Amino acid sequence: MAVVPGMSELTAPFWEAARAGRLVVQECQSCRQSWHPPLPRCPHCHAAGLGWRPVSGEGTVYTYTVVRHPTHHAFADEVPYVVALVALAEGPRLVTALLGVAPDEVRVGQPVRAVFRDVAAGVALPYFEPDAGRAAAQRGSLGGLWPAR
Amino acid sequence: MPGGTAIAGIGATEFSKDSGRSELRLAVEAVTAALADAGLTAADVDGLVTFTMDGNAEIAVARELGLRELRFFGQVGYGGGAACGCVAHAAMAVAAGAADVVVCYRALNERSGRRFGQVTAGLAGVPTTAGVDNGWHYPMGLATPAAAVAMIARRYMHEYGATSEDFGRIAVAARRHAASNPRAWFYQRPVTLAEHQESRWIAEPLRLLDCCQESDGAVAIVVTSLDRARDLPRRPAVIAAAAQGSGPDQYIMTSYYRDDLAGLPEMGVVARQLWRQAGLGPADVRTAVLYDHFTPYVLLQLEELGFCARGEARGFIADGAVELGGRLPLNTHGGQLGEAYIHGMNGIAEAVRQVRGTSVNQVPGDGPVLVTAGTGVPTSALILS
Repeated sequence: MAVVPGMSELTAPFWEAARAGRLVVQECQSCRQSWHPPLPRCPHCHAAGLGWRPVSGEGTVYTYTVVRHPTHHAFADEVPYVVALVALAEGPRLVTALLGVAPDEVRVGQPVRAVFRDVAAGVALPYFEPDAGRAAAQRGSLGGLWPAR
Repeated sequence: MPGGTAIAGIGATEFSKDSGRSELRLAVEAVTAALADAGLTAADVDGLVTFTMDGNAEIAVARELGLRELRFFGQVGYGGGAACGCVAHAAMAVAAGAADVVVCYRALNERSGRRFGQVTAGLAGVPTTAGVDNGWHYPMGLATPAAAVAMIARRYMHEYGATSEDFGRIAVAARRHAASNPRAWFYQRPVTLAEHQESRWIAEPLRLLDCCQESDGAVAIVVTSLDRARDLPRRPAVIAAAAQGSGPDQYIMTSYYRDDLAGLPEMGVVARQLWRQAGLGPADVRTAVLYDHFTPYVLLQLEELGFCARGEARGFIADGAVELGGRLPLNTHGGQLGEAYIHGMNGIAEAVRQVRGTSVNQVPGDGPVLVTAGTGVPTSALILS
């Protein structure tokens, strides 16, 4: 059985969007800054009027770990798996897991794109997978040096 | 630290993998030992402080000790980040006149009882701020302290070129020191860098030997005024500085949304207070006990505390610099990698022994001793002299 996130007034809009296959982050209606994880007030201007904005789902791997030692039965059959902190193109970061990539091929800076997977009734989680198109473009701009360290 | 306070006694149980008795009994044994070490009795105690994570309420320990009254009691939060904070709270209580003798304690059956690495799925759903925070990473499989630290370690490697071997040098130093410490679980069991490199991955880039032990045991620390401590049998370990710190956008182990992930800004908050309170700098420190639940954070602490510049810890620790005989011996008891994982409290006891001159791995000289608490969480530290 999967570990599912608890819902609260603060976090429900994020998970409801995920269930619909959309990635959203909180946005301040006053100063237009956005961030993640959600907060009850804007951390920049402290305004209470907050909304949610859809983001592109494009991002890059900011850091990651390859989990080899399982501790919870929900993940015991998954090891090795890759947990990553992805920096979204729009700026905020979120913790996710990578799909469709061998653990040894993950790199900091790697372009990735959001995909959603249902993990329990009514619960979808945002995963990320390699973004081949952007990786190819990056290879071109780096003269074939990708994957760079 | 103003007010004139000192650590007058230290006490501990044996450190094991299966204590065979309750955490409450461990707590009382450690407190009793610390009071005997201080030349005091339970009748002298009017304050108790522990961790919020400790399973033994102050009133339960007071009942077991037969204390009739408690004038000061409290719990410090954020896991191992509490360790030196307990002593800081005790010292402030004594300095303010709220209590005369405050005992800090931590008792845990972390190996035979509740293991911190065993994720509790319910933690991702409880209606507290911590539960909401957990909901962002537990479901994605970021479910252990090792994995949480591995994320920071990977970014640190990426930014500064540190390697697994650099982390391994911390483990080698700890196990060398534990090897000559009869209290240590890894007494007479040193490791080589090659053995570190051969140890299995837990959560890359962390190997098994980058991770501290899981232990059963308890440690207690007696805090009183410097004036009173001078009348007691042991040489006082003067609390020259005591500080807590939390940083920007702080989380418990998962402060991943800050601008800079390759640092420990909460330890920077602590460091600035320590040096200011004590009127000292890193070059004055004789030996340090740096919290070592995972090796990479020892490197980050050296940088945040000002022993070296950002990104330069790998050079600082090279060539045995943090081993006995080096320029800054670290964790002379063997640390939590080598002695035991008592949530940082055993490190405070070692710092006291270094001040007294009674460590099994005594570092020569009379300079002050620095000791830090848990990293990756709101934290704390002390300078003892």
